[in-house]
Amino acid sequence: MEISKKYAVQMRGITKYFGNTKALDSVDLDIEKGEIHAILGENGAGKSTLMNILYGLYSADGGEIYLNGEKVYIKNPNSAIWNGIGMVHQHFMLIEKFSVLQNIVLGNETTDKFGIINMREAKKKVLDIIDKYGMKVDLKKKVKNISVGMQQKVEILKALYRGADILILDEPTAVLVPQEIDELMDVIENLKKDGKTIVIITHKLKEIKKSSQKCTIIRKGKFIECIDVKSESEQSLAEKMVGRKVKLLVDKSKANPGEKVFEIKNLTVKCEKGVERVKNLSLEVHRGEIYGLAGVDGNGQKELLECIISKKYAVSGQILINGKEIQNTSVRNVLNNKVSVIHEDRHKDGAILDMSVADNAILEKYREYPFNQRGFLIYEERDKFTKKLIKEYDIRPVDCEYTKIRNLSGGNQQKLIIGREIANDPELLIAVQPTRGLDVGAIEYVHKTLINLRDKGKAILLISLELDEILSVSDKIGVIYDGSIIGELDQEEADENNVGLLMAGGNKND
Amino acid sequence: MLSTLLIALSITLMYSAPLTLAAIGGVISERSGVVNIGIEGMMSIGALAGATVGYFTHSAWLGFLCAGLAGGLLALLHAVASITFRADQTVSGIAINLIGPGLSMFLARYFFNGATTTLPVPNKLPKVIDQQNLKVTMFRGLNIDITVLIAFLVVFVTWFVFYQTKWGLRIRAMGEHPAAVDTLGVSVYKSRYACVIISGILAGLGGGTVTLAIISQFTPTAISGQGFIALAAVIFGKWRPFGTYFACLLFGFSQALVIILGDGNVVIPSTLLAMIPYILTIIVLIIFVGRSSAPKASGVPYEKGIR
Repeated sequence: MEISKKYAVQMRGITKYFGNTKALDSVDLDIEKGEIHAILGENGAGKSTLMNILYGLYSADGGEIYLNGEKVYIKNPNSAIWNGIGMVHQHFMLIEKFSVLQNIVLGNETTDKFGIINMREAKKKVLDIIDKYGMKVDLKKKVKNISVGMQQKVEILKALYRGADILILDEPTAVLVPQEIDELMDVIENLKKDGKTIVIITHKLKEIKKSSQKCTIIRKGKFIECIDVKSESEQSLAEKMVGRKVKLLVDKSKANPGEKVFEIKNLTVKCEKGVERVKNLSLEVHRGEIYGLAGVDGNGQKELLECIISKKYAVSGQILINGKEIQNTSVRNVLNNKVSVIHEDRHKDGAILDMSVADNAILEKYREYPFNQRGFLIYEERDKFTKKLIKEYDIRPVDCEYTKIRNLSGGNQQKLIIGREIANDPELLIAVQPTRGLDVGAIEYVHKTLINLRDKGKAILLISLELDEILSVSDKIGVIYDGSIIGELDQEEADENNVGLLMAGGNKND
Repeated sequence: MLSTLLIALSITLMYSAPLTLAAIGGVISERSGVVNIGIEGMMSIGALAGATVGYFTHSAWLGFLCAGLAGGLLALLHAVASITFRADQTVSGIAINLIGPGLSMFLARYFFNGATTTLPVPNKLPKVIDQQNLKVTMFRGLNIDITVLIAFLVVFVTWFVFYQTKWGLRIRAMGEHPAAVDTLGVSVYKSRYACVIISGILAGLGGGTVTLAIISQFTPTAISGQGFIALAAVIFGKWRPFGTYFACLLFGFSQALVIILGDGNVVIPSTLLAMIPYILTIIVLIIFVGRSSAPKASGVPYEKGIR
């Protein structure tokens, strides 16, 4: 396509190296004025890198950028802002201790000539923007006290306050619950109506179909194609993104539940502040069954998990594994009773990022035979075990046992963690958001592994905020709301509507 | 009775002045995200520079100025190591704490014929209220150095800049989430450099206060732990200018206790009394460290574009 005024952004031949690896290889991008344009690619494909170059955070090693048909040089975020580009980062760039208003004006304060801030004027300007686009935000509240959805609005406001005409959103829905996603879509629609150009970086196909007109696909740092979203199905988008055939729907046979393995009876747990977060909760998981616990974030899932693994003690109630009580003991005791956990945050709870893959593989078993013999770590056994995991779970690169786990992609990190947990031969496997931040290929793999484990007669408790995941993988679905299970459904009777309604606190029979 | 109180007040203010200057320096540096445990070393070099320049030029003010400059120079070293080269800030700070006293002693020997103690300065910094000139005899015992006033002014100005101006907003943001500030087009490196250097200047002035207002010469024990007490005051004061100021007053008061209790009326060995400020520091740290909230990014080198 030729360079023209019709396009808000045009990038030509953008190339970027990180060390010796080519992150971007001569990528082209054309974004028309006033459109919602998606950039689709797997994790690590280079889509965030491309946008970080447009926003001036990285400098490209080659290529040109044109805005409204004119060549520009974007050296740093300042010149991007000056050129009317705003970016909402995947990990929010907000100062938690500051108020919403302070966060919005930071770096672009209205002051007198002595540098003294005049908040009143700034507030007026922000309120105008809020009115214009229908974003409800309390400017006085501190950022740490508002929901993630609100924080995202603050980020968008930050960009608009700086006069952005082109707004880049990096994985905007990754952290949102369904209702918040809808609200975000409304805001984006309003921005579009006002003539703003929106770029959405994502790997979620559903949202692209819902929101965007055009879509540029990037795979392994290369431009693949730019397509009209309307003319493509989710399936074909996925295949273009991954570069091979994929199954979006999970293939699985009907569950064949056996005896009860895990049971929670009338459990009540308080948080640090003394508020009851889990209230009189009961559930049971059977052999050969995946129990999906659906719910909006913050309804007691975190406290429930912490209590199951005895990181936190229960106020009342029982937790039983094969009839044996394990509540209020110790994490080690719970693990010894064959409960394994795939933690939600693999960077924080699942792995120690600066340790090698091999060391991470034996994190839970280092003190057991054969890894520990007479007080010494037996490295050969560790390496043997790690190589087995690498082979069995297709972890890449294949010779990674001594590399820091930090340097593996998210999908491969997760594969190692899942392999490690399954190698414990658990009676109950608890998987918390096991596909968070993973791309289509890795998600497919994780889901398949869970179902295989189920078919081997294990009990699985899946805790997830992703409704799609719950619906497609679980055999039985429980919805947690305000610390209690307010409804249980079999997979056949569950759909987005009735589970979604329960998640919002509605009654099953409404 | 009144005179004892006035003396206690005078001593409290006198000893809290150097602590305040140094501690406010610590607040500025840490709020911008750079841990500065090198305050002790910067105070030492300031104390030496102040006394030496004061002695040779006969001008206490010139000495005071050079005390600040010397502290600032040493802080520049800390800034280069910990900001540009992203060295571990604690290690760099410890190095500063070793260099500061060592260099001071070396320079003292160089300028004063091998003595580690400088000769007394001919003119000390002036006093705002001098008991000898007081007309009302009732207020005998009240003695206030100009540095007490300077320290208070520094506290106030820091508070004002922190909470009323755009620079303050940015500095406070930088200590919490430097990447956020960077994405808004504010240079984290430059601002942190400025904050660390200002912190060194203030610590140097604190050292100069000891040798130009309190005692009148540099001795190897002139700075013995004040820098660390100042750090404790930063934590006790929750990284806030006025909170830190009150913490410094408390530590200054403990110094006054040492002097007043050691007056001869109470029989406690002076060596035990001299421990009061340090013991108080430990107690304060035990009680408050866990609860106070440090700037989130303090101590973490900022690297652009790290994932």
